[in-house]
Amino acid sequence: MTTPATPVLRLESVRKSFGDQVVLRDISIDVPAHSVTALIGASGSGKSTLMRCTNLLEDIDDGAILLDGEDVTDPRADQDAVRRRIGVVFQAYNLFPHMTVLDNITLAPRRVHGVGRAEAEDRARELLDRLGLAAKAKEYPDRLSGGQQQRVAIVRALATTPRLLLLDEITAALDPELVGEVLAVVRDLKIQGMTMVLSTHEMSFAREVADQVCFLDAGVVLEQGPPEQVFGDPREERTRQFLSRIVAAGRLAPQ
Amino acid sequence: MTVTDATVSAEEPYRPSARRLAREAYRRQRARRSALIAAVSTGATALVLYLVIVNSPGWAVTRKTFFSLHFARQALPEVLKGLRVNLELMVVCGALILVFGLLLAVARTLRGPVFLPVRLLATAYVDFFLGLPMIICLLIMITGVPALRLTGVTTDPMVLGGAALVLTYSAYVSEVFRAGIQSVHPSQRAAARSLGLSNAQAMRYVVLPQAVRRVVPPLLNNLVSLQKDTGLVSIGGVIDAVYAAKIIAVQSFNYTPYLVAGLVFIVLTVPMTRFTDWITARMNRRQWQGGLV
Ligand SMILES: Nc1ncnc2c1ncn2[C@@H]1O[C@H](COP(=O)(O)OP(=O)(O)OP(=O)(O)O)[C@@H](O)[C@H]1O
Ligand SMILES: [Mg+2]
Repeated sequence: MTTPATPVLRLESVRKSFGDQVVLRDISIDVPAHSVTALIGASGSGKSTLMRCTNLLEDIDDGAILLDGEDVTDPRADQDAVRRRIGVVFQAYNLFPHMTVLDNITLAPRRVHGVGRAEAEDRARELLDRLGLAAKAKEYPDRLSGGQQQRVAIVRALATTPRLLLLDEITAALDPELVGEVLAVVRDLKIQGMTMVLSTHEMSFAREVADQVCFLDAGVVLEQGPPEQVFGDPREERTRQFLSRIVAAGRLAPQ
Repeated sequence: MTVTDATVSAEEPYRPSARRLAREAYRRQRARRSALIAAVSTGATALVLYLVIVNSPGWAVTRKTFFSLHFARQALPEVLKGLRVNLELMVVCGALILVFGLLLAVARTLRGPVFLPVRLLATAYVDFFLGLPMIICLLIMITGVPALRLTGVTTDPMVLGGAALVLTYSAYVSEVFRAGIQSVHPSQRAAARSLGLSNAQAMRYVVLPQAVRRVVPPLLNNLVSLQKDTGLVSIGGVIDAVYAAKIIAVQSFNYTPYLVAGLVFIVLTVPMTRFTDWITARMNRRQWQGGLV
C-alpha cells in the first residue's frame, strides 16, 4: 500500500483543543520520505502539541494523522505499534533520572525490540561517541549539563532506528559548535534515509537542514514551502512580521 | 498544499467532520460493549459465588450463626453506641498523629550541627515505636501508668489508650511523610533556595506541598488502619463497636453481631477512600500535562 509517493507522515485537517482553547485549528502537512520538515512559529503556536498528537500522546479532536498511509488516529489502530515506529526527542528531554545514560538509551532496543544487551550497548556507545558523549555512558542524567542531556535524548530516540523522528527544539540548549554537530547528525540521518519533523526557533538551523518549512500561526499552517521561499520571499504578511522580529533578535541572518 | 486564509476561516464556525462523528460513534459503541461485558462478568461471578456458598454443606448452620436478622437487629444499636468511641478516638488521635508525625519527619530532615540532638531524638523515637508492638504499648499505657499513682495524671483508659495510639502511629506516619519529602527532586529545593527562600520556607512552600500530595494514599492507609486499631482500647474496659458486638455474641452464641460491626467499619471506610481518590485525581488533572499514556 506504500508507493514511493505515499508520504511518511500526513496530517489531514488536524484539530486539537484544550478546553476552550483551540491550539490547532486546521493543520494539513505532508512529510515525504527521507525529508526534513521544520515547524516554525511563535512560542505557544502549538508545535509541541502537534508532535504530541503525532506520537499519539494526545487525542486529536478532528482530522487524521497518517503514518505510511495508515490512519493512526483511528481508534482501532495499535497505538504501541505506531509509537514503536516513531522516535521522539521531547523539549524537556524526559530522560529517566534513575537510569544511567547507557540504560536510558538501551531500554527500548532491549525491552521493546528484543535486541541483545551487547548489541544494544555497542550501538548506543557508537551513537554517544558520534555526539561527543562517550565518556558519559555510565553517568546519571541529572549530573549532565543541559546540552549533554539534550544529546542523550537524541541518542535515545535514534537507538531504535525509527521510521519517523520528531525533534522538539533539539538545539535549544546547545552552543553554536554543538548546533553544527547536531546539524551534521541530522543531515547524516537524512542521507541514511531518515524522515524527520523538527520544531525550532533557530531559523538558520531550519534553513540549512529543512526541505520544507511550515509556519504555524493561529492554529493553521499559514505558510509552507522550501526554506528559500519561506525565509527569502514569504507570501504572507504575518510570516514577514514574524521573520523580521527574528532577524531583529539575531536568530536569522537578513537576506 | 493550499495556504489557508486565517482571517476568513477564523470566522466560519467549526463543524465536526464526518470522520470525527464516525470515530465518536465507534468509541461510544465500544464503551457500551465494555460496559455490557463488565456487567455480565460481574453478574456471573456474583451468581457463582452465591451458588457455591448457598449449596455448601454447612450453609444452613452458617446462615443461622452469621446471618441472623434477629441478632443483627439486636446488635446494631449497641454497635453504633460503641462506634462513638471509635469515631472520637479516630478523629482526635488522627489529627494529633498527622501533626506529630509531620513534625517528626521534618525534624529528621533538618540539616546542620545545631539540630543534631533533635535529629537523634526524632530518629530514636521513630525506631523505638516502629519496633514496639502496638498491644504492648497499649498495655503499658493503660495498666502501667495508673500503677504509678501519679497525682494529676488520668487513669481513664480511653485517654491513655488514645495516647498509646498516638505514640505508635506517629512513628508510622512520620516515616510516610519522610518518604514523601525525600521523593521531591533536589532540583526543587535548589530552585527555591536560589529564589532566596530560607531552608524552612523552601520546606514549607515548595517541598511539603508536593510531598504531602504524594503520600495521601499511604496516609489514608494508616488512618483506616488506625480506625480499626481504636478498638484495641477495649483491653482497658472501654466498650467500642467490636467489644459491644462481642458482648452480645458471647451471650447468644451467635456471630451475627461481629458481621454487623464489620459492615459498619466498611461503610465508614469507603467514603474516605473515594474522597481521597477524588481529591488526588482532581489535583493531578489541573497540574499535569495529561495525554493518553
Ligand atoms: N495539556 C495541556 N492543557 C492545556 N493547555 C495546553 C496543554 N498543553 C499545551 N497547552 C497549550 O497549548 C498551547 C501550545 O503549546 P505548545 O507547547 O504546543 O507550544 P509550542 O509551539 O511548542 O511553544 P514553544 O515554542 O514555546 O515550545 C499553549 O498555549 C499551551 O498553554
Ligand atoms: Mg514547544
